[in-house]
Amino acid sequence: MAKEKLELFEVFIRSKRGLDHRHVGSLHADDPEQALEYARDCYTRRSEGLSIWVVKSSDIVASQEDDSDAFYDPSDDKPYRHATYYQLPKEVNNM
Amino acid sequence: MSINTNEELVKQFAIRLGDDSLILGHRLSEWCRFGPFLEEDVALTNVALDYIGRTRMFYAYAAELSDGKQTEDDFAYLRDCREYQNFLIVELPKGDFAYTMAKQLIMDVFYYYYLDELCNSNDSTLAAIAGKAIKETKYHLRRSTDWILRLGDGTDESHGRLQVAFDALWGYTPELFEQDELEQKLVKQGIAVDTALLKSKWESRLKEILKEATIDTPINSWTVRGGRAGYHTEHLGHLLSELQYMQRSYPGQQW
Repeated sequence: MAKEKLELFEVFIRSKRGLDHRHVGSLHADDPEQALEYARDCYTRRSEGLSIWVVKSSDIVASQEDDSDAFYDPSDDKPYRHATYYQLPKEVNNM
Repeated sequence: MSINTNEELVKQFAIRLGDDSLILGHRLSEWCRFGPFLEEDVALTNVALDYIGRTRMFYAYAAELSDGKQTEDDFAYLRDCREYQNFLIVELPKGDFAYTMAKQLIMDVFYYYYLDELCNSNDSTLAAIAGKAIKETKYHLRRSTDWILRLGDGTDESHGRLQVAFDALWGYTPELFEQDELEQKLVKQGIAVDTALLKSKWESRLKEILKEATIDTPINSWTVRGGRAGYHTEHLGHLLSELQYMQRSYPGQQW
């Protein structure tokens, strides 16, 4: 199998005490099943985790840096977006 | 102090299981930095480490049975070819990738059934070692099966190389299912595994995989044996000269 034809996969591991899978690295493999086995060999030999997810890097859709202004501008100057902005009348205060 | 001859038999048995693991592990370690690509290099050396781990467990048990007169290092580094009792197939050179994986599949299927039986050994230490080892073997078997399917049902080149590999290795397989007097004595006590009973399971599982990989099962036209009696191929001497070089040059050295 030609090195150039191997696909790139991103590896996510969930540790024993964790609730979420964390990104730990990437590797090349021929297909997802092989990627899973290589992930086990490369990323779990020191008791790092109990669960492995591998995703083809080409399947990951990521936000672009140029979009950060539009995407992430904090809503600090938009207090009306927060529930705490609104005063409730005493009669329904414990809604 | 009376010599417990049965203990001596179990010790020899443990040594031979250690020898099989050490030599096979060593051959796999020869792929370190020569793997076809990085991830496979890591995987192969991972498997090698699993086998070295087994070696330590078996040799440590043999050392215990020698009343501390011998250590794991004595077994690994200070014995010459004629004292090694490993199967011949494990000492064969690493060859090309197809050859290594063909050899590995043969051994993985063998250990899959062998260790399962050894887990029931009347010797609790051997049973415990088998219990740990079989988890590794299940993973090894998954890997080697996968590779045989990829290579066999792959390109013309990979198929060709794999067929050549199985044809070259087949004559070394009957030895896996033969037992000498020592092992027969231990089988009677429920300590060793009756390998003759495993042969048909091994053969049918292997044939199933070969068929799916479009590889022809080789014909039994020749057989080579002798490992358990210390009669080895020319390859073992070269392997040991590399393995034992440091200890022989600097006896008793410590890290």
